[in-house]
Amino acid sequence: MKLVDEYRDADVVTRLSDEIHRGTTRPWTLMEICGGQTHSIVKNGLEALLPASIELVHGPGCPVCVTPVELIDAAIEIAAQPGVIFTSFGDMLRVPGSGTSLLEARAAGADVRIVYSALDAVKLAAANPGVQVVFFAVGFETTAPGNALAVLQAEALKLDNFSILVAHVLVPPAIGALLASPGCRVQAFLAPGHVCAIEGPEEYARLCARWKVPIVVTGFEPVDLLEGILMAVRQLEAGVARLENQYRRAVRETGNAPAREAVSSVFEVTDRAWRGLGVIGKSGLALRPRYAKFDALTRFGVGLKSVDDASGCLSGLVLQGLKKPPECPAFATRCTPEHPLGAPMVSSEGACAAYYHYGRKLV
Amino acid sequence: MCLAVPGVVLEIVGEEPAFRRGSVDFAGVRREVSLAFTPEARLGDYVLVHAGFALTVIDAEEARITLEELRRLGEAATPDQGEPEGLP
Repeated sequence: MKLVDEYRDADVVTRLSDEIHRGTTRPWTLMEICGGQTHSIVKNGLEALLPASIELVHGPGCPVCVTPVELIDAAIEIAAQPGVIFTSFGDMLRVPGSGTSLLEARAAGADVRIVYSALDAVKLAAANPGVQVVFFAVGFETTAPGNALAVLQAEALKLDNFSILVAHVLVPPAIGALLASPGCRVQAFLAPGHVCAIEGPEEYARLCARWKVPIVVTGFEPVDLLEGILMAVRQLEAGVARLENQYRRAVRETGNAPAREAVSSVFEVTDRAWRGLGVIGKSGLALRPRYAKFDALTRFGVGLKSVDDASGCLSGLVLQGLKKPPECPAFATRCTPEHPLGAPMVSSEGACAAYYHYGRKLV
Repeated sequence: MCLAVPGVVLEIVGEEPAFRRGSVDFAGVRREVSLAFTPEARLGDYVLVHAGFALTVIDAEEARITLEELRRLGEAATPDQGEPEGLP
């Protein structure tokens, strides 16, 4: 596939690996933020191409993993109501709530459907005027514009049977929270390329300046990731800390203006709880009062009920890069993709799932 | 969830900005994609598609230049030449 295969080229990968080996004189710890990057690293065995002194730790960039149990319980409660079609990205269905999952709710008779896009849920609402269609709006800055567009389309179409359950989170406040944590040992970050394609990189420049930490906006293919690592290592070795953009073919200085405009017209920044991490200030999105009528919690009169998330899952430590998945006693024993204790074992971006599917022979 | 796949725009329909969409080819598989956030996208452009909408038009010239640099990486560097040249 054009613009994919070139970034998996073995010769370029080897050159980058050699260059990283040549330029590394000391041990360094880097974190890739995005779960999609984690999967690419583990699936392609990129850690084996790095000097042993470079450690990659995996970040919290898995929206499914950080969606609080309370919201999953609320989703299940809404989905179980009569006359409701509950729509979601497929990843969310097997994530355990406090008791059950959306998949189990579907088996028990709820109309839960997987959609490819929030816009598909809008089409479903337009085609089924007698039924309430709800979309589970999870995700980072990449997914927010599409979900905002769904609300704008629903308003333009005057749909009174469409609503969204909002669980949106933002990346920069989470990086700030990680850096502020006393146990943080990350010395440089690979920032998520697609999030930056939407929002632009300036928030990350502020983090570099505030915390004196190198950040490289990085893509997702093996060549992208190795080039991002090389750029970060060169900064660390030279003792500098600035923002660099490895993913220049996709990320512009200003991000995507129409997408940012849609997000800021529909959503406002709010405090949000992250599963395994706790509440992070100004780290999420909520519907603006003008669009409150599209809020599923209000429409169905469902409140968030605080629950004790005591499953024995170490996802909080995994999401902060303090533990690797195989260090969890439940990994691949009591916790598997078929019977997950926590979301990182379920999601296609979860670190535990990456190690389970691709990395176990390396452990 | 933040994964995005590059595809080429083959057709564009829709006047209203929020409903502008295109037919995008992903190595032989065609899908309808929202172009609401990429008003600059033209037929033949490569776009990065995430969850049903194009999040950016790929800068093909930038991609070509970067790859050419990477294919020469390490050729200029020898151990006694100090810092290798190449990446910004």
